[in-house]
Amino acid sequence: MPEHAADPHAEPHDHVVPVGTYILVFLALMVGTAVTVAASYVDLGMWNTPVAMLIAVTKAGLVVSFFMHLKYSPRLYWIWLGAAVFFLAHLLLGTGADLLGHLFLNLGSPGT
Amino acid sequence: MSSPSETPPVVAHHPALRHHFDTMATQKDSSLLGMWVFIAQEIMFFGGMLAAYAIYRNIYYDAFAAGSHHLDVKLGTINTAVLICSSLTMALGVHAAALGKGKATVLFLLLTIALGSVFLGIKVVEYADKFHHDLVPGPRYSAESLHGPHGEALTADTARHSELFFALYFGLTGLHALHMIIGVPIIAIMAWKAGHGRFGPAYYTPVEVTGLYWHFVDIVWIFLFPLLYLIPHHA
Repeated sequence: MPEHAADPHAEPHDHVVPVGTYILVFLALMVGTAVTVAASYVDLGMWNTPVAMLIAVTKAGLVVSFFMHLKYSPRLYWIWLGAAVFFLAHLLLGTGADLLGHLFLNLGSPGT
Repeated sequence: MSSPSETPPVVAHHPALRHHFDTMATQKDSSLLGMWVFIAQEIMFFGGMLAAYAIYRNIYYDAFAAGSHHLDVKLGTINTAVLICSSLTMALGVHAAALGKGKATVLFLLLTIALGSVFLGIKVVEYADKFHHDLVPGPRYSAESLHGPHGEALTADTARHSELFFALYFGLTGLHALHMIIGVPIIAIMAWKAGHGRFGPAYYTPVEVTGLYWHFVDIVWIFLFPLLYLIPHHA
């Protein structure tokens, strides 16, 4: 938490992000969307989905950092977001590893 | 014995400051933290269905690709752009509120509602198409309008599993749309309050908290769009 003086008259001293930053982020998100759609029509072999997810994560990072002001926010908010992302990754990677075992290591068909 | 100097002074404070907070700043930090905790919970909430999607997409890839190719990429792209625009107007609305510009706040919040409504309207058009082609999971489900990468009919197994794709399509986009349907009236309340001078540079926390929610809903769509609409036929 930032150091707030115990002055009852104190008002939140917010970091006001310039409008130009919002416009730049907006343009980057639009370009990211266009690149995502364009890349989906190119045969990248097994890399189509990783590329799409990499762009999505970048776009999400821009929204979180600037539109949601996380870049200028107390670290405590970062920890909460990080915890959620950590456990989501745990969920996806854990089930993913199990699935890989079933699909490629003959541990039995996952579909039955 | 007590002298007057020991009596706690009665100080004027902002009318929005609740008695259990020392300052407006700590009150605001607590409110924003509350929203971030809620968002952390929402990530796990959507995460369960995303994990189900990831597993079934890998097991029944052909069925998911066939289902995905029935979705309208053009409408999905337009909706992605519309939602990003609504996130910009929401950010500008919060920005205007922070600067105490009441009229601009109202304008940007109303624009956000309009863009959110356009998104939901396009979603209705898309859902209607699925009903028209019997692609809604249930007793009427039929994969007859789906086809493989070379226009061929689907095998019986792939056709059967394509229903799973549409179950997750409706589940994920429906849950996302529900969040928007909840968000629109909340933004409307914020616009009404802003129009009645309830906010100023010293207190606009409700607008900012609403903004966090709306941006989160935008992020969910940023992931849903490529996952549902852009599954490649190859790979």
